[in-house]
Amino acid sequence: MKKNFRTRILVLLLAAASAFPTAACGSGTPQNGAASASDDGAAADGDNVLYVYNWGEYIGDGVVEQFEKETGIRVVYDTFQTNEEMYPIIEAGAIRYDVVCPSDYIIQKMIRNDMLYPIDWDKVPNISNIDEKYMKKSEAFDPGNRYSVPYCWGTIGILYNTSLVSPQDTPDSWNALWDEKYSDNILMLDSVRDTFMVAEKLLGYDVNTTDEKQLEACRDLLIRQKPLVQAYVVDQVRDKMIGGEAAMAMIYSGELLYVQECLEEAGSPYVLKYVIPKEGSNVWIDSWVIPKNARHKENAEKWLNFLCRAEIAKENFEYITYPTPNRAAFELLDPDIRNNREVFPDDADLEKCSVFEYLGTAGDELYDTMWNEVKAY
Amino acid sequence: MNTATSVKTTRRGLLSALLRTVENFYLTIILVFLYIPIATMIVLSFNASKSRSVWGGFTLHWYAELFADAEIAAAFRNTLLIAVLSAVAATILGTAAAIGINAMKKLPRTICLGVTNIPMLNADIVTGISLMLAFIAFRISLGFQTILISHITFNVPYVILSVLPKLRQTSRSAYEAAQDLGATPRQAFFRVVMPDIRPGITSGFLLAFTMSLDDFIITHFTRGAGIDTLSTLIYSQVRRGVVPSMYALSTIIFGAVLVLLLLSNFLPRKKNAAA
Amino acid sequence: MKTTMTIPSPGRKALAFPYILWMIGFTIIPLALIFVFGLTDRNGAFTLANVAAIARPDHAKALSRALLLSLVSTVICLLLAFPLCMILRGRRLGTGSFVVFIFILPMWMNFLLRTFAWQTLLEKKGVINGILGAMHLGSIRIINTPEAMIFGMVYNFLPFMVLPIYNTLCKIDDSLIDAAHDLGADFFQTLLRVFVPLCVPGIVSGITMVFVPALTTFVISDILGGGKILLIGNVIEGEFTRSSNWNLGAGLSLVLMVFILISMAALSFFDKNGEGTAF
Repeated sequence: MKKNFRTRILVLLLAAASAFPTAACGSGTPQNGAASASDDGAAADGDNVLYVYNWGEYIGDGVVEQFEKETGIRVVYDTFQTNEEMYPIIEAGAIRYDVVCPSDYIIQKMIRNDMLYPIDWDKVPNISNIDEKYMKKSEAFDPGNRYSVPYCWGTIGILYNTSLVSPQDTPDSWNALWDEKYSDNILMLDSVRDTFMVAEKLLGYDVNTTDEKQLEACRDLLIRQKPLVQAYVVDQVRDKMIGGEAAMAMIYSGELLYVQECLEEAGSPYVLKYVIPKEGSNVWIDSWVIPKNARHKENAEKWLNFLCRAEIAKENFEYITYPTPNRAAFELLDPDIRNNREVFPDDADLEKCSVFEYLGTAGDELYDTMWNEVKAY
Repeated sequence: MNTATSVKTTRRGLLSALLRTVENFYLTIILVFLYIPIATMIVLSFNASKSRSVWGGFTLHWYAELFADAEIAAAFRNTLLIAVLSAVAATILGTAAAIGINAMKKLPRTICLGVTNIPMLNADIVTGISLMLAFIAFRISLGFQTILISHITFNVPYVILSVLPKLRQTSRSAYEAAQDLGATPRQAFFRVVMPDIRPGITSGFLLAFTMSLDDFIITHFTRGAGIDTLSTLIYSQVRRGVVPSMYALSTIIFGAVLVLLLLSNFLPRKKNAAA
Repeated sequence: MKTTMTIPSPGRKALAFPYILWMIGFTIIPLALIFVFGLTDRNGAFTLANVAAIARPDHAKALSRALLLSLVSTVICLLLAFPLCMILRGRRLGTGSFVVFIFILPMWMNFLLRTFAWQTLLEKKGVINGILGAMHLGSIRIINTPEAMIFGMVYNFLPFMVLPIYNTLCKIDDSLIDAAHDLGADFFQTLLRVFVPLCVPGIVSGITMVFVPALTTFVISDILGGGKILLIGNVIEGEFTRSSNWNLGAGLSLVLMVFILISMAALSFFDKNGEGTAF
């Protein structure tokens, strides 16, 4: 009986298996998206290749193809989801990427660990399109602007649903996320530094503090908030807010345009608005860098120069919808968008926004432990 | 007495009818429980709205989109390729191993079988992590090859455990008789033993293929950045929003499996396997 | 058995060598590496701190919660599966029937997608609440709770309980049941004295196949727990993919392995013949 049953179930499985190739033929589009890491064999590729490592959904449609067409360089394009996932791969050199797009504090860590090539600015003339303001900001993590090309920037704030939050409760402070009226209606980011930043801003601490007492206070504040929190999520914030699952959420500023577009498309009866709380927030920059173990540095510089071109930066902005530091691209935008302070906050809004810095191994571990305690509570 | 019996029979009939109703109710409940999420996915694959909570009307858009989605296509190809390659490799490695193990004395055989059981009994998360640590220690760059090696590793035991029982049933006398009749050991093996263990090899292969298709956790730890199987792609989509084309793909797969199941059930079977 | 090919032969034994090498390379050494990482600190010095870290309140809580939830799910799976298998057996469908396959067919949809579908169903504005709302029946509040995670575990692992139990039940000879009836046993006596004892191997392998993945999952808690309810699997996964404290992650994996070993040992006590087979 047993044997027979096994045979039967396996016949079923085989039958099912034979169904797969049929479907595979149907979806057999040429593979250019996810390149396999087995392409790693260096010499075989010749020199006209570029290994790019970027955030998911962080480049305009067709931008890679245009670069390939213009330069004749074949691009192997891979994506990552968090800085923490990307870092060990670059560090171990398991796959040798030529150009990578991490966030500020990780760039600082990479510089400190001597993992980056200084960029030859003569090869990247379009860098002049980048607003001086952001080059200055970058000096916080890349002193002397030697290693990084700013790509996107943004803030963290509160996204709220105007039909679920009563007008007198319109959030202007992080305290809104501790309002018991909105129990089970609050979404927080599942991201250590970002979430601790909220508590640090509320308690008036530095966002880069590694003082154990202060962090314990932050942890306790977050634990107090936990019963009110519906979920700790990252990218799911968008879907949940669009679906009206929650009234308020911590969110990255760049998601706003996307979220609003979706609402419009669906003809939703409610509106989602974004605010940078008065206590201040985090302002971050994602920049392109060239790792030391890159094998196609010149191609990487061509890539950087290409991305800094005004039209390309504009195309990228329109797809990614995160604010662009590219002055020339900004000027090409619709005045409506240029003047949208939710998307492009002005200097006054950013006054209280701080930049994350790398905290060292011990600092990272302290944050992780505290965060685990919040989540396990 | 006659009436008494008939009353008894009716009562028993009623009781068993009632019992059958209760049973059917129970079966229905379980079936509903099992199929609700699948129905949800099928419905969502036809939903014009990208949002999961809004019904935007019927559309086939996501099916068209599916065939243009390079990311899903690449993941699909990787999944299949890894499943086929790892199942083939595991079948060869495992069948040879089963023959070898079967020829061993008791102690080495026990040790081998013990090791064979490790990947089956251990938690997937531990297996995945241990393999990842090993790849990094051996300086094997994470990517397609590491997923393949991991899948072969957790697949081989299934092949061995499918082939071994068949080997034990194979009679040695037939093998010896073949040799007496002038066959070389090799010929005797392929002509006599092989046909006997073939069902075991086939089921081992299929089991390996299925386990590989279905795996998420071990792949999650041993994949390099940039290479996705369907499982890992879905996992990242679950975090950033599932593309409805993924529901479309699942619906197609589910439909195909169902059709094949119906066919295999209702078409006359060649070999009438006694159930 | 006497006639099987048991005579040792050096040629045939050699066929196992590639496999042995493979298992040393990709099972034994990797496991040894977990020990190495788990018992050293970042600088490579010996330490028990990573293993002892299980006593830290956050880790201990994650482990005890995982144990509790996986136990509850296993029991629920067993309670659901046994009657189901009894009913199916009563229908004399045999082991290859279409009806039986209907109960395992859902496994052919990707496990992550099925779990995600439950999120869609259970959400506040989800499908179930939508239907309840339309019928003015109020709403359920289950997503992002431990209950939702138990739901997900039972749903995903139920087939693993059904298959082995149904297998062993089908092997039970009808004459045994007739004999029990002839000896005056009623339904419950037959159930407890005949079916359950004969079914132990199936139950044992069912329990293993549900308990271990439920204890170590991090996906179900991710999708249905809203990141609020950490299990030990989440903690370990996080140490490897986010915090990159691999030593701590490996140390906690060692603890997890010990728990699996203990439960296996406990189960094998019931299944002395080692007959329990998953497939």
